Amino acid sequence: MCRIGAIKSKEFFHPSAALHLMLPQQEGHDNSGFAMVMQDLAGVFSKHKDKPLLSLACTQKGAKLVEDYMEANDFRQLAEWIPRGVKNVKLDIKAMPYYIFRNYDYPEYYRDASEEAKGELLLDTRLALRELLEKQDQGYVYSFWPDVLTLKEIGDPWDIATYFKLWDNNGDLMAKNVVVQCRQNTNYDIVRYAAHPFFLQGYTLCANGENTFYTKNKEYQKSLHRGYIGFESDSQNFLYTLHYVLQELKWPIKYYKHVITPLPFNELSSRSDGAELRAIRQSLGSLEINGPNTVIGMLPNGSIMTCCDSKKLRPVVVGGDDTMVAIASEVCGLNAILPHRNQELDVYPNEREVVIINDALEVERWKQ
Amino acid sequence: METVNTQDITVNDLPWKIEYKTDRCTMCGSCVAACTFQAIMPAVERRSVTVSTGHRPEPSQRHSAVLMIKQQNSIENACTGCGMCEKICPNQAIKPVRNPDSRFSLLARKGGSPIKRGGRTSLNSGRTLDNIIVGRISQMTDPALDSERHTFDILAPFGRVLMPHELPLSSVNGTLNLTAKLPPVNWIYPIIFSDMSIGALSTRAWEAIAMATAYLNEKHNMPVRMSSGEGGMPVKLLESEQLKYMILQIASGHFGWNRIVKAIPKMKVDPAGILIKIGQGAKPGDGGLLPAAKVADHVQAIRGVPKADLMSPPNHQGLYSIEESVQKMFLSMNAAFKFRVPVAIKCAASATSVSVYNNLLRDPYRICGGFFIDGIQGGTGAANEISLDHTGHPVVSKTRECYLSAVKQGRQGQIPLWAGGGIGLTGNAAADAFKVICLGANGVFLGKILIQLLGCVGNEHGRCNACNTGKCPAGICTQDPRLVERLDIDKGAQNIVEYMLALDSELRKLMAPIGNSSLPVGRSDALVTTDQAIAEKLAIQYVC
Repeated sequence: MCRIGAIKSKEFFHPSAALHLMLPQQEGHDNSGFAMVMQDLAGVFSKHKDKPLLSLACTQKGAKLVEDYMEANDFRQLAEWIPRGVKNVKLDIKAMPYYIFRNYDYPEYYRDASEEAKGELLLDTRLALRELLEKQDQGYVYSFWPDVLTLKEIGDPWDIATYFKLWDNNGDLMAKNVVVQCRQNTNYDIVRYAAHPFFLQGYTLCANGENTFYTKNKEYQKSLHRGYIGFESDSQNFLYTLHYVLQELKWPIKYYKHVITPLPFNELSSRSDGAELRAIRQSLGSLEINGPNTVIGMLPNGSIMTCCDSKKLRPVVVGGDDTMVAIASEVCGLNAILPHRNQELDVYPNEREVVIINDALEVERWKQ
Repeated sequence: METVNTQDITVNDLPWKIEYKTDRCTMCGSCVAACTFQAIMPAVERRSVTVSTGHRPEPSQRHSAVLMIKQQNSIENACTGCGMCEKICPNQAIKPVRNPDSRFSLLARKGGSPIKRGGRTSLNSGRTLDNIIVGRISQMTDPALDSERHTFDILAPFGRVLMPHELPLSSVNGTLNLTAKLPPVNWIYPIIFSDMSIGALSTRAWEAIAMATAYLNEKHNMPVRMSSGEGGMPVKLLESEQLKYMILQIASGHFGWNRIVKAIPKMKVDPAGILIKIGQGAKPGDGGLLPAAKVADHVQAIRGVPKADLMSPPNHQGLYSIEESVQKMFLSMNAAFKFRVPVAIKCAASATSVSVYNNLLRDPYRICGGFFIDGIQGGTGAANEISLDHTGHPVVSKTRECYLSAVKQGRQGQIPLWAGGGIGLTGNAAADAFKVICLGANGVFLGKILIQLLGCVGNEHGRCNACNTGKCPAGICTQDPRLVERLDIDKGAQNIVEYMLALDSELRKLMAPIGNSSLPVGRSDALVTTDQAIAEKLAIQYVC
């Protein structure tokens, strides 16, 4: 089983909050890993929020390969946070030799480019780095995007946090948004790329469940976009569809749910927007998902959303107070970090519902 | 040594021999009256009998003339093994038995004419689908669904589907609106009752299938569609509400289209679709064939033809090329129904199917609303046996190849794939349909199994298959009013309805364990096979 969570706050908070959100749910997950994507950062990277931040784990040789590539492609290093892992303590972590979080300035000829062109450059760069490292088995690159940091490792989440000194709040690493998950892929090979959350051009997503239309989704997504690669986990399908609907087709977010869990045909015929929804279901049929799932997604603008599969076979709960809202698979996670919130206001989204939290922490919910 | 005329045809040369028990026979004559092929006749036989009538055994031998049932020893009246004699005999005195020493195939080309028959191929009865198992069952990581309690969306598209980025949608205040008309797409049950014409079928058989179609739609909410077959249909039906359940077929002979075109202004509803038949799996390269024996008055009326052998050309005739003529047909059919009715095409499976499919997929006019692939195991009402047994292509791998070709181009689902030809050959159409759908078909079409449900006794081992003769003993493939009477329309329709209801439950029984509430089109990961060659060809998992 898998447990997922997300925190969105008006104030910067330390990633240990994410651990406190997840650890009470550990009976449900298997403590096999820790992974999070932080967005809207403070601390080390607060001065370069508009500059892309590279997150990678690699060997010494891998670090050199990346440095050479970035230099050759005119990226200039601005800031960096290289966590020195806690050694000499017996910790359950399969650590990589290096973890590099580094801000770069865009190549000169890109500084006046459109946001869209920059987004394409960042994706191409990440894909090139991934290929470079993958070919020689020298490391993993998780994200390369302004104001976004990804940390992933295999092992016990508590020990991983100890290793990265995530329990100590020294102000280096702070964020307003975190999406988190505490489990490695137990269905297939344990590969770092298979660990949620996944990231693509400002979109972050993690999912709890089993996408039984994985093959269908994958076969379709492969030809949709050069960034839809890997497919180490069936949950990547959710991210790619989110990206496709919002970024490529530029449709409003409410149509994401209509793509992944379309309404039955007999319901479509009785709706005023039936013709549009039918056309969407028809043309994007290969992106429908099946099986039990809950999705948490974070959008480029920092909004966090959640929804479930059409049969609601995986639960999720949203709750919070004036300064912080969190989403978790189980309510015990919310109780750990938001013990004084009004529980009566907790939202348990149903199978047709989408919940989205914006920067003002307004919780919007609607039925598809 | 006695002289024997070895060229004489004897019963032992025929494919079926009648096993007759004189001691059980009461000479009621039912079997002779029931045999439509006149394969048996009453006869008198000279018998040598040993009799003893006294107190002591005093055997004496005498000859007597005995009435009996005798099999005709002629090719024209060869027993087809239909078993009507056995069915009707009150005393179990008679039955046909397959003759392994038959010389029929050597003798039946009399007059220099190729052997003709109906049914399916007898040589290519291998079943790929039986070597495939639904092997990815949801256990712990994802729960199976409940086939009884959960809801399932069992529908398939018939019509041209656009790529997502081609959709004419504009966003206004966070809502998408269609700004132009889409090509018509009907979402229908993933099983189409395949094209068998009035002419190939008796009016009763055709009506029974049409009734079952309407009943399934109106009483059970199953949107099953029936293809008319070439040759048109009654004007009354063309002008009725039930036309919406029908797919009108146009084939190379264009039979019946005059009537259809004339009826268009009077149609209350649109038909479900138009199906242009290019080829047929059972006899690719051959056109349709309706022997004169079956061209009865009503068939002449519907088709507007005299009583003669009706042979559709092997392909649609065009000035420049077949592609051009089909293109014209597509456009005119679309236009005739004002672009409200999807138009699809049916081809015999062939080594070239993928090229044809690619051609249609890349067609800039986006006019093709479905690609029907008909495999070698499809049935026919009449064909040259050489075509039936020696031409054609299996449908399973061809469907898969077409699907994967579309996947490669990111165009899967745009032109729905429908597969047929042998679906339900062993009686389990739900399993066959499900597996073909997992391999990439959107739906399947079936024909033979429908007439089997009406009482057809033909099979792939040479039984009956006399659909071409007009002497169908089940009253299905004949226009002889006395034989047509044999078919009980209501009972036949009921059989089809009940089979389809069971099939619908069975489809759910297969969807639920793989955790899918809508059709698993292209979910090849759900299938495994114990045959390595099949695994390799279809790109599914090999297991042992």
